[in-house]
Amino acid sequence: MNTEDKEKNWTTIISPRSGWLNINLRELWWYRDLIMLFVRRDFVSQYKQTILGPLWFLIQPLMSTLVFTVIFGTIAQIPTDGLPQVMFYMAGITSWTYFANCFTKTSNTFIGNAAIFGKVYFPRLAVPVSIVISNLITFAIQFGLFIVFLLYFYFKGSSIQPNMWILLTPLLLVQMAALGLGVGILVSSMTTKYRDLSHAVGFGVQLWMYVTPVVYPLSQIPEKWRWLSALNPMTAIVESFRYAFLGAGAIQPWVMGVSIGMTTLFLILGIILFSKVEKTFIDTV
Amino acid sequence: MSDIVIRVENLSKEYRLGDIGHGSLHRDMQSWWARIRGKDDPNSRIDTSGSAKRNKNESFWALRDVSFDVCQGEVLGIIGKNGAGKSTLLKILSRITAPTTGTIKIKGRIASLLEVGTGFHPELTGRDNIYLNGSILGMKKREIDAKFDEIVKFAEVEKFIDTPVKRYSSGMYVRLAFAVAAHLEPEILIIDEVLAVGDADFQKKCLGKMGEVAKGGRTVLFVSHNMGAVQNLCPKTILLDKGNIKAYSITNNVIEEYLFSKKIDYNTIDLQNHRPSWAIPIIKSARILDKNGKVVNSFPIGADIIIELFFNVDTYPKLKVPVMGVVINHSTFGAVTAVNTRMTGHFSYESSCSSGFIRCTIEQTPFVQGLYYVDVWLGDDKMDLDTLTGYLFFNIEATDIYKSGRIPFSDLGVIYLKPSWQFIPDSRSVL
Repeated sequence: MNTEDKEKNWTTIISPRSGWLNINLRELWWYRDLIMLFVRRDFVSQYKQTILGPLWFLIQPLMSTLVFTVIFGTIAQIPTDGLPQVMFYMAGITSWTYFANCFTKTSNTFIGNAAIFGKVYFPRLAVPVSIVISNLITFAIQFGLFIVFLLYFYFKGSSIQPNMWILLTPLLLVQMAALGLGVGILVSSMTTKYRDLSHAVGFGVQLWMYVTPVVYPLSQIPEKWRWLSALNPMTAIVESFRYAFLGAGAIQPWVMGVSIGMTTLFLILGIILFSKVEKTFIDTV
Repeated sequence: MSDIVIRVENLSKEYRLGDIGHGSLHRDMQSWWARIRGKDDPNSRIDTSGSAKRNKNESFWALRDVSFDVCQGEVLGIIGKNGAGKSTLLKILSRITAPTTGTIKIKGRIASLLEVGTGFHPELTGRDNIYLNGSILGMKKREIDAKFDEIVKFAEVEKFIDTPVKRYSSGMYVRLAFAVAAHLEPEILIIDEVLAVGDADFQKKCLGKMGEVAKGGRTVLFVSHNMGAVQNLCPKTILLDKGNIKAYSITNNVIEEYLFSKKIDYNTIDLQNHRPSWAIPIIKSARILDKNGKVVNSFPIGADIIIELFFNVDTYPKLKVPVMGVVINHSTFGAVTAVNTRMTGHFSYESSCSSGFIRCTIEQTPFVQGLYYVDVWLGDDKMDLDTLTGYLFFNIEATDIYKSGRIPFSDLGVIYLKPSWQFIPDSRSVL
């Protein structure tokens, strides 16, 4: 009789293809318990049956800082904008590590979870989103370490000037999460077809770090090449982070603008490709 | 008139064989570069005409124009041979993959159990895994909170709930996994063969739980090779064949159609579907023969039936005295009779043989018309090693056994008698 009414009652409609920007945020929100359980699983399982446990979160940045200070600071003598070398590298490493972890781990979403994805449905985006959140815990611990060092150097009377830009840190984090997620799911979507890309990720992240001012300050890049460096969205993020906490850097507003633009672009591209691939990737994996 | 909760309309799924891209960026670039220069694709297959052409016909339709409706509270079986499209249909219904054309409309929450224990993490404790697995299957945290004790009790793992599941025995692991799944409460439940888990006792418990779910008014789609289970749980059944719906009707009719469409197509891929997980696969084939040794699956009442199996114990050389067992089940009455060589005495056997046929001849079968499944068992003197359940079947045709133009009742038991009747007059009543 009233078929019209009944048509409207369907809760789910499964059809071959969906629109371009088809992410169902409401559904993702509905699965928030699952996201938090994934976060917990990642965190708990990562360091189970290791001797040092969560201490690894601290050892990684400490060792990197030490190595960078010796190699790039002492041996190669790359200038650090007049900042103490330890603080300079640690600021770069702390912010870079968060992005790099988000990127590397989300880029494995489809291949790494093929077994689960092949058996049960939940919004696929729950996995990369949970990765971004669980890496936030890692970041918090490493950031705490950074603050301890910062206070030590500050009260020792070093030439560091934390300033109001610190208030922007949450935004920088959001941007890094968005960028890591965007690039990660973009690569992840492409690895379903091109397996060889997954080999490129580890290597690519390393190269990316070297084109980002992590081991050198932006001021070392000749003025005429700055625009090229600005195309790398991580340039502005790492440089702003360092400027906010240490008070030295060559960040300009337009560079930040480009960075935000590039981040948005990567995120949208990532989501488009992800939502296109997620429906049928299981047939090709 | 009950509400339609699943409406499948013209559903098709195409799988492309072979050329789904070349799997590497390098070769895709090569093909693309060749195409824009108007040259032959160096990576396409070379066909007989000599020129390399993209072969677009290499596709396979796993489902073709499938349409059906499922009503609220219906428990629907889905059967069919391997490759008939059952799994594809389930995958599309549970949104693991998308259809090529057609739509499915669903009313209500849907949960699918294509495998138990999906997402279990070995390092996490039983408690954590209940929560993780439960929410992967679509439960909210507070739903799991409410069900937690019940799940733990059902799985019988109370003592170990805070132990990482990697320390669980495989039995405990499976029990816990099934317990979580069994406590899902979606409006629509899709189940694929999960009954083939655990030991016999636990299987019985699972079947019981499934029956409960089915009776609880929820809509269930159940895919299985176990005809007995389908018959017990599902009033109606869909038979899929080569991607099409071949029948959608009362379960008994559909199963009959299925078994006879299967003909005498005994193939070894099928065997694994009829074997519990504990079985050691030493039965290599099994057949039903008539007394002349011909493969037949329909017999008149009272015929001789031979159940034959072929075994090979190269992989299990400990077998010294093979014991064969046979259980005959009627399609609706259940188990009818069972016999094995432990009780009847062994057949003569040369223990130097590692393989061979064993034939069990049943002379003048006492069964009335109907459909019978045969479970065959093979073991040694102490234990059972392998079994195929619900794999073999035979049909007894209604036969005019009494030469009276009438056939025996088929709904009042399964055996026929050949009684002799006698009238003894009451002498007192003789006038």
